[in-house]
This record gives sequence, structure tokens and C-alpha cells, in this order.
Amino acid sequence: MDSARVAITGFGQITPLGLTAGDTWDSLCAGRVGIEAITAFDPVGFSCKIAGQVPEYKIRDYVPKTHRKATKLMSRDIELAVIAAKEAFIHAGLVTRGIDPENINVDPERVAINLGAGLISCDLVELAPAVAASVTDGIFDIRKWGTDGLGLVTPLWLLKYLPNMLACHVGIIHDIQGPSNTITCAETAGHLAIIEAAQIIARGGSDIALAGGAEAKVNPIIMIRQCLLKRVTSENNDEPDSACRPFDADAKGSVFGEAAGVVILEELKHAEKRNAKIYAELVGLGQSNSINPAYEHIEPDGKGIRIAIEKAMAEAQIRPDDLDLIIPHGTGVPADDLAEASAIQAVLGDAAAKIPVWPTKSMLSNTGAASGAVDIIAALCAMRDGKIPAAKNCNRKAAGCNLNIVNQPQEKNIRFVLCCSYTYGGQTAAVVLKKTY
Amino acid sequence: MTERVVITGMGIVCPLGHDVETLWQAILAGKSGAAKTTIFDASTFPTTFDAEVKDYDHARYTKNPQLHEHSNRGSGFVVGAAAQACRQAAIDVETDEPTDGIDRSRLGIYLGAGEGSVDNDVFFAAIAEGWDSEKDEMDWGRWAQVAFGRMSPMRELEQEPNMPAAHLAMLTGARGPTRSCLTACAASTQAAGEATMLIRKGDADVVIAGGAHSMIHPLGLTGFNRLTALSTRNDSPETASRPFTASRDGFILGEGAAILILESLASAKKRGVEILAEVIGYGSSSDAFRVTDMHEEGRGAAQAINAALADAGITYKDIDYINTHGTSTVENDSVETKAIKAVFKEEAKNTPASSVKSMLGHLIGAAGAAEMITCVLAIRDNIAPPTMNLNDPDPALDLDYVPNKPRKMPVNIAMNESFGFGGQNNVVIIKRYQD
Repeated sequence: MDSARVAITGFGQITPLGLTAGDTWDSLCAGRVGIEAITAFDPVGFSCKIAGQVPEYKIRDYVPKTHRKATKLMSRDIELAVIAAKEAFIHAGLVTRGIDPENINVDPERVAINLGAGLISCDLVELAPAVAASVTDGIFDIRKWGTDGLGLVTPLWLLKYLPNMLACHVGIIHDIQGPSNTITCAETAGHLAIIEAAQIIARGGSDIALAGGAEAKVNPIIMIRQCLLKRVTSENNDEPDSACRPFDADAKGSVFGEAAGVVILEELKHAEKRNAKIYAELVGLGQSNSINPAYEHIEPDGKGIRIAIEKAMAEAQIRPDDLDLIIPHGTGVPADDLAEASAIQAVLGDAAAKIPVWPTKSMLSNTGAASGAVDIIAALCAMRDGKIPAAKNCNRKAAGCNLNIVNQPQEKNIRFVLCCSYTYGGQTAAVVLKKTY
Repeated sequence: MTERVVITGMGIVCPLGHDVETLWQAILAGKSGAAKTTIFDASTFPTTFDAEVKDYDHARYTKNPQLHEHSNRGSGFVVGAAAQACRQAAIDVETDEPTDGIDRSRLGIYLGAGEGSVDNDVFFAAIAEGWDSEKDEMDWGRWAQVAFGRMSPMRELEQEPNMPAAHLAMLTGARGPTRSCLTACAASTQAAGEATMLIRKGDADVVIAGGAHSMIHPLGLTGFNRLTALSTRNDSPETASRPFTASRDGFILGEGAAILILESLASAKKRGVEILAEVIGYGSSSDAFRVTDMHEEGRGAAQAINAALADAGITYKDIDYINTHGTSTVENDSVETKAIKAVFKEEAKNTPASSVKSMLGHLIGAAGAAEMITCVLAIRDNIAPPTMNLNDPDPALDLDYVPNKPRKMPVNIAMNESFGFGGQNNVVIIKRYQD
């Protein structure tokens, strides 16, 4: 049996550049940067005091009345996923229980959900009174926690922080009864979730899948981790617009942020039958692994990234010249950017110097489990409009990087796009999108 | 032609032992892995016991123990479980020049793996120092001073749920598709199911699949205690997990890692390795009901069972044995029984369905893979493992739970059920291998 073809028929997004995919795309085209001083908490003492934070929103505006009470059980990661999911279903013309229970036009058992999620950090302020009640002579006392602290923790506390709760809340709101999975592969999670969902559709496991990722990284625990691991820039706190500099000679590290991005994947014939607008077809899915024992940087030759790209290109059955755009992972960590550039150059050969490369993290920040999905949505918008926005902050390419980073916006018919991603934990992914006419 | 997927290696590190045979003998003897909590001082918690992995040292399984020394408990366990499984499946580990006949770019990893514990001392100390009780707010400067001064970058990184997979990549050199998922208590059944699909599709020849998790830490125990999901039978840990009884009051928090080597039949034959069993079906669904509760009638659970049966191309009549999720919570055991009845109809009461969690405790993310291993052993030895502590059956629950004694019986096809918080349902069907 030939496997089914998988189309993308809608998307939704909440990013530092907007509450919707449309706002985000407009901001990207206008050359805006979504990175600014951290306001979510006071980053005093932090080496990096800037981040990509989403604009203000009220979660109540995004959930049906029946789910309002459950918003109390939502961590910020969950909220972001819920917001993007609603936009995506509407954008695809799919009416679920959560959109309009009177006019449902999907079969709940034939809808899957697959989201990338991060390691959700608990809210320290929420826990603090319980910790404060557990102190003996100025020191935290685990026995006192058992008697006095534990009871102050809200009963359903744990449910806010289980990574699968993003998919569960979205699934409950929209009545998604098909396969449900949560991929926890850090910055590669968004791509891997989309890859797995596409494979579920390809094998007939569902007709439709909501797939992507969400993560809220602007939290003291997560940010301190990035500071301790020296993945952040610590020299650009006063110039947030130019702080994150993927592939640039003056890059000093990454900047982290929060976002959600989800796409609607649909079996091609199913989409055609309902006359859905098809933004692209997923034609190449590659997955591999980096092996980097020290975790300090990705392996220098980017071998794991290279294998993923090779697999995606092979599955797509295209040559390097067929690519019209590459959206790399490009974090602004010099050694990692170099490893990724080496991998891309190794696979694409001479074509690597010609194909436009547009790293998005200089504008959107590194949004972890959301980032891969956010990049795919950027690619879809670029294809739709035949337009590549200007890359930011790569004024002088780092030595060893021979990629064609585009510093001017370009109008261009985009047939195929390659997106790739990697994490310090090893997993790598590459996705080839094909424009459909 | 879709690839058939077989199991060619297994390994486990769990409360009942650090290898598969020890686990199996303990299960057949009805032993319990539960005891008073020793990992931290839980003496004042509502639940003061758990099921811990004891006396484990990952250095026994690796030439490079230093690569894994900062790992969280789950990552440490998975190194041992994978090393055992790879040995059985003749997969070379810790070498740049493997001669096992497996192309590394076609050797994948798929784990249902949990987050590591926070660095408890520092975590709590920083909050205690930073919290201004008079103003009722956090002084982030004071918090950061403690946190920056005492947090270890490696300890922090190792908390990421994808790190167990990173340790396996280092161990095996795997360059094939690699994913980690975390669908609560159903994660590693899902991982093994999706790994099966990777092989069927032809994306990998071999996948190191399974789970690794430990939530035995202060915040984990706190979270489950607040949800009232755990048994509080502190005076009798060994009998606390009593699935399907009238007196069941929650599960026992366990920990561990379990690995199955899944391989295409063609690869297994080419390499000439022993085939332990075949994975013939996988089904996944979601309840779409409530964050806090399972669907009352077990709609999602039944749907996942049906999906797995359809995938396997068999019917409920072909299932010889069900390894239930059987957590010993009031809700799960009741809903799971309803779901089995909905699918198995007239055969429901005739199909033995037991819970090894009565002995093993609940390994959370690693539970499903550990239980898949018991399914393979049940098939190998034609024995249904028992549900221990089943002395006061719940009158409403009337299936054949294989009470208190293992049962010698033909087991050719076994079904493993895993259900997770939030309505995650995953089912895998395993069959005796026949050419």
C-alpha cells in the first residue's frame, strides 16, 4: 500500500511578534525584532536580561465557556498551545466542538494531536508560601514540608506541569479523540511532532492532525539554566534588537523566548475533497541524532544534522538546486551555528552558497519546543506570498559559514523549503515542504 | 510489503531486580518491590513508602561511567537496561566500529522518558531565601544569588526529558530516528508502538525502545499525594498495591527503566539473532474528556484497544492474556474493567487480565515498557503473571484478574494496556513469533 500524501491546510501561532500567525508574519516582513528586556520576572543577577515574550493576552478569550474553569490548571505553556490551536482550526476551516459545537465538520475519532513540549518549570512564586512554611532555623526542612508545606500546594498542582497537558487541554477543548502524543525533545520537539503526525496520517491513522509545539521559556528556572550552560548572550542586554546574531561573526550566544506554533496536517485527498486551501505538502522528513557527550556544543561537523537533512532530501526526491529557501535552526551560539552550517554545506555542496538562508531566531528568539513549528509556519507564509523577509543581525558572516544569508527582502517563487533543528540532547530533524498549486 | 517487527532483546532496571530473569522470578513468586522511602526523608508525607530501585550502579554496564555520572535517576537506569538489551540482541555498544550488521543511521531510539528531579537542596533553599513573607513576593535578587551560586549546569541540563535518549545515543552510537515522548503513565507503551511504526515504514531497521523515569523525589511525591493518587497504606507497603480489590486506595510510586530492542524481521534474520516475540498491533487514542478524570465508560481506552486489534488484524477472541494498566486506583481499575468488557463482550470474563503493578509498583513513564517485557515472558513460558493482594475483590469488578498465583496456560498473544493522566490511551499487542 502506498502511503497517503500529507498536506498542510492551516496554521496558528502566538509569538513574541504577535498573537496570531498573521501578525507574526507582518512583523517578520517589517523587520521587527521580538526580543526585549525581561518583564516576566526581575532578572537581577542574570547574565542575560532579555528574552522574546509574547504580547499580553487573556486566556479566557480563547477557550469555550465549558473550559473556563480548567484555565486554572493551565501553565503558560498550555495557554500558548491552546491559543495557537484555536487559530489553526479556524484557519483551516475546521469546525470542532471548541469552535462551534452546533456546526462540527470533523470526525473526532479521525483527528490526531501531536505536540512538542518542553520541560515545564513550576511557578516558584506559587510554591513559595509552602516552602516558607517548611523552614526551620532558616533552612528548608523536608520533614516540615511533609507536615506543614505539602498541604499548602494546590491539590491539582502536578497537572499544570505534565508536558502532555498541552495536548490534553487542546484535545478536550476541540474533542480530539484520535492518537495523541507529546514529544519532549527540546528544540527539535516541534519538528519531530509534525513528522510523527505526518506519518500517522500517511499510514491511515487519522485524516487530520494538529501538530506543532509550544514552550514558555521566560521563567527564572529555565532562564538560569541557559545562563549556567552559557548558551545565552550576556553582552547585548542593552541592545535587544541586535542581540541574537545567528551565523554572524559577532555572535555571542542565543536569546530565549516563548511561543506556540501549530499546523493542521491533512491527508491530501481529504483536504481536496473539502476544497481546503493547501499551503504546502510535507514531502521530506528526516530524523537522526547528534552524539555529543560533553553537551557543551553540538558535534563540530554537525553529523547528526547532516544525516537528517540527507534523509529529508532523499525522501523528497529533490536535488539541492530545487530548494528555494532554507530556515536553519541558527541559534546565535557560534560553535553550534558553525556545526549546522557545516552540515548544510556538506549536504548541499555548491548550492549551499546560493540558496537563500533565513534564520528566524534573531527576530523570534529561541522558543524551544515551539521553534521548529514556528519556523515551518514562517516557511508556509513565505511560500504563500512568494517573499523572503530580510535576515537580521548577520552583517558579517562567521568564518566557515558560506551560507547565503539574505539581508534584503526578496520576492521569489518558492517551490521547496528546508527547515532543520537540533538539541543538546542529540535529536535532530529536517523537514522539506513543497509548494502545491 | 510492510516490515514485520520483532523483539530481539530486553533489559530492565526496576524495583524487582536489575535484569529480566530476576524480575520474572520475583513476579512468579509474588514478591513486592515496595518499602519505606529511602531516597529522601518522606517520613512526614501522607505516603511514606514507594518502590525503589536499590543498590544500582550504572558503572557495572559501561566502560565510560563518567559520561553518565551527572545523569538523573532515569538516565542512569536506562544505561543499564539498554546495555542488557543490546547484549541480548547482539548490538555492539561503546565502539566506533560496530560489527553487528546494523547501519547506525538506521538504528533509532524511542523512549517514553520522564524529567529528572530538580536539584532539591538548591531548589528549595533558593526559594526559601528569596521569598519575602512580609511582602508576599519573591526577591529575585536573593533567589538568584543562591541559585547562581549553587546550581550545577550539568544537573540542570540532565533534568531535560530527552536526556535518557542522549545517554543511549552515547552508549550505542545510534544515528537513526530518535524521539522521546512523555504521555504520563502511557509513555513507554506509546514509544514502543511508535517505534514499531518507524520500522514498519522503513525509516529504521532497529529501534531501542522503552522507558525511563523516576518521580520519587519530593515534588513528585507531593504532586501525586496532593492528587490523592497514591496509596497511604503506610503500615503495609507490600500489600498496598491491590488492583481490582474493594479496598484499593491508590498506586505505589515506582521507578526504573525498561528497554526492548525492536527490529525488522528481515534485519533479525540477516543478523541471525534470536527472536523473542513479535509486535503485531498498536493503538493510540485520547479521551478528550477531562484533565482530571478518565472517561467514565472508558471510551478512549476501548478505542485504543480496538485500534490495536484492527492494526494487528485480529479480534478480541484471539487475545490470550491482558496485561492491564491496573494501577490500584479506584478510578482506573473500574474504568479499565468497563473498557475491557466493552471490547471483549462475551469473552471478557474468560480472558485473564492481571496487573503486575501489584508487585512492581507504578513506574510511570517506564511502566508500559516494563509490562511489555512481562508480556513477552508470559508468552515465552506460557504463564499469566498474577495480580497479588487480591483478597477482597470489588464486587463490581468481575473479570478474571489471575488472583494471587501465576497461572500456567497457553499464551500466544498478549495485550499490554497503558493509560495516562489527561486521557492518554496506548495499547500494544505482542505475539509468539512464528516464521
